[in-house]
Amino acid sequence: MTLKVVVVGGGVVGAACAFHAASAGLDVTVVDRGPVGAGTTSRGEGNVLLSDKEPGPELDLARLSRALWDEAGEELGADLFELEPKGGLVVARTDEGLAALGVFAARQARAGVRVEPVDRVRELEPHLAPGLPGGVHYPQDAQVQPVRAAVALLDAAVRRGARTRTAEVAAAVTGRDGALTGVRTAAGDVLPADAVVNAAGTWGGEVGRRLGAPVEVLPRRGFVLVTEPLPPMVRHKVYSADYVAGVASSDAGLETSCVVEGTRGGTVLIGASRERVGFDTRLNPAVVTRLAAQACRLFPFLRGTHLIRTYRGFRPYCPDHLPVVGPDPRAPGVVHACGHEGAGIGLAPATGALVTAHLLGRPWRGADPAAHTALLPDRLVSRGGASR
Amino acid sequence: MGTTGETADLVVVGAGPAGLAAAVTALAGGLRVALVDSAGTVGGQFWRHPPDTARAAIPTADLHHGLRDYRALREALAAAGDRGRLDLRLAHHVWSVTRDEDGFTVHTVDRRRAPEETAVTLRAPRLLVATGAYDRQLPFPGWDLPGVLTLGGLQALLKGGGVVAGDRVALGGTGPFLLPVAAALAARGARVVTVCEAAGPSAWLRSPGPLLRNPAKGAEGARYGLTLARHGVRFRPRTAIVAAEGTDRVTSVEIASLAADGSPRPGTERRVEADTVGVGWGFVPQLDLLVPLGCALADSDDGSTVVAVDAGQRTTVPGLYAAGEVCGVGGARLSLAEGRLAAESVLADHGAAPVLGRGRRAAVRATVKRHRAFARALARAHPVPSAWSRWLTDDTVVCRCEEVTAGAVRAARTDGGARDHRQVKQLTRAGMGWCQGRVCGPAVHCLVAPHRSYTPTERLVATPLTLGALADLDHARENTGGAAHE
Repeated sequence: MTLKVVVVGGGVVGAACAFHAASAGLDVTVVDRGPVGAGTTSRGEGNVLLSDKEPGPELDLARLSRALWDEAGEELGADLFELEPKGGLVVARTDEGLAALGVFAARQARAGVRVEPVDRVRELEPHLAPGLPGGVHYPQDAQVQPVRAAVALLDAAVRRGARTRTAEVAAAVTGRDGALTGVRTAAGDVLPADAVVNAAGTWGGEVGRRLGAPVEVLPRRGFVLVTEPLPPMVRHKVYSADYVAGVASSDAGLETSCVVEGTRGGTVLIGASRERVGFDTRLNPAVVTRLAAQACRLFPFLRGTHLIRTYRGFRPYCPDHLPVVGPDPRAPGVVHACGHEGAGIGLAPATGALVTAHLLGRPWRGADPAAHTALLPDRLVSRGGASR
Repeated sequence: MGTTGETADLVVVGAGPAGLAAAVTALAGGLRVALVDSAGTVGGQFWRHPPDTARAAIPTADLHHGLRDYRALREALAAAGDRGRLDLRLAHHVWSVTRDEDGFTVHTVDRRRAPEETAVTLRAPRLLVATGAYDRQLPFPGWDLPGVLTLGGLQALLKGGGVVAGDRVALGGTGPFLLPVAAALAARGARVVTVCEAAGPSAWLRSPGPLLRNPAKGAEGARYGLTLARHGVRFRPRTAIVAAEGTDRVTSVEIASLAADGSPRPGTERRVEADTVGVGWGFVPQLDLLVPLGCALADSDDGSTVVAVDAGQRTTVPGLYAAGEVCGVGGARLSLAEGRLAAESVLADHGAAPVLGRGRRAAVRATVKRHRAFARALARAHPVPSAWSRWLTDDTVVCRCEEVTAGAVRAARTDGGARDHRQVKQLTRAGMGWCQGRVCGPAVHCLVAPHRSYTPTERLVATPLTLGALADLDHARENTGGAAHE
């Protein structure tokens, strides 16, 4: 009998789960209260990065995901979601920073990341500020257009038999033996299910709670600046070495370390601030000015370039800054796939494959549950009992 | 360098009729007021004038109405300026407004020495937004040709520089704004070859009450009618410009009679030669500063979203007031009255004595009521034709900044499942360019969700500004030990 799977969340992670599960022949229904990719998926830059990850469970997932993005590009058409293997360039601003970056990159290289130390960064990025001591080029870093990617993955899932449904999930329905039999929507309908995937991103904590499998997923606000369209000026994803420290940080306050890159449309994107302020939607001008100042320090030509837009999103993060991917030990049938913070676009395909492998009980497309045990929800559940 | 302006009791954004009236009333009540406008002179679009230095050389008095009010307001401003109570910030563009416990911070860029930009921050416990409205545009084949403008654009060229934009001008759209633009162009020597009004001639007969209660409006309309007749201008009701043609610039338009739903009646199309085209479908309130502050919005009778205000022009956000066309399009008299009422509310909430006596205040309220009723009747008589999108071919550009066609927008709906203009933007880039969907937003909305009213996109940055100006603001904050972690 075919396993019935309800995927909660039509963002890029939910779409990737649906794509892989449907490709594996499972009976898939994707449920979202809104349209595809309307949440955090539409609020990022489309990063597919290895460069910002230190060796460990997240990098392992990212390396698999990078390969699966290429596969998805071959299967669905890379142009459909603007997959661009443009490469990343991390630049140091001081000699000490360069030395630290070199040590970090060497560790990444040992973990299988391609790294290329660069002495003259302006040979790769001619418009960088003069006097920067050097950097590291990461040729595997890439970019996708996240909403198009989510749409493409979901469309492909539908072609493989998946269904989509606009609804809000209210609760899990279980049989007498405690096994999952379905998912109840807020409207009162019951969707039959043998398994439910929590791919609700920033709202994964709330969805988990409704499914009887609470996990702690918190919002971290980020702003991205968008400039007027320009002729191509920035070729790679360029960021300063400080960014790596910001990604892994747990500070409550504002952190900014800018990532600058061009897009196909000609605009330059400048990310990425990180603030823990709950779901506060207001603009923080201090963030915008700080990002602008950092971007101008890297690329002085930007001083005369117009900012035309700022958008913000809420990245979902778990307390230990690792995504939570795998079956919940308390609620049979519930599989989590959320908490990817700022890396959800990049990690989506591997998350989908890993969720599918968990559902199948065997490896799927290179995702072996035994190789990614650090991402299991157990770590969040055992630590201090039930998490909120 | 970024600088912080003096703290005022009230910041007024927008120095058109509403903002001017509000500022002058608040000043008369003893408040310290900062008045901000992006233009180099006060007056807004309605009283747009050439720069002060060129005013003597470019006579425009014949193009204006209510100049006596305008001069009185300017004199009152000047007097308040002399007394040091007014902080007038012309050529300052507001890019963001934020609110905290103590009131509002208004983030501006000073462009008096453009292209140089300096970030300037103003603070006050109360804020009044009177940012007006701009032309609603509906795309049609050829609307992106040089020579095709908006009605407001033609009017701005006339009032701001005495410029008659063309020799043979075709005008179209709907609403009473067609008349003054046509009359002014004709009086200034342009040949107005056609005036196409989409509404029927009997639109007013269905509910004549508001017109009868506003006889001045009827007289104004009659005056324009006489001017047009004197210049032999042909006014065509229930007709629309459905296409513009030309290679390097527009050389002709195609006009067609409209059926009741606004679709072109087959066989009625005809070509009219024109070197300039002006089209306007009413106005869209400029809510960019208000939406991110979280104040309640409301649907207006003309299909736009407006800011919701109480009888004293207070929004639902404490300390935030709105006056003029952001509350609904209704003309300069209404804006003046709303500005006065808003300032009276500011004074009352500030604990200051009112400027207007009880009788005058009641009279202003009555003016507001009467003009709002008139505006509602106008909106009903001049709706955007429901079938306007039939003019579009699949290759008609809808988003001019990003060159997204109607076909691409329709495909985003049918193939991409897009249900609103935000999703269309994600899939097609429509609305991602320089204007950020201010022009194409309503049209894209109509193509994907014609049965819902249009809610504007939240724009956290209200006007483009250079990253350099922002970076300097960051450095200034660092140097003064200011809160980068605010």
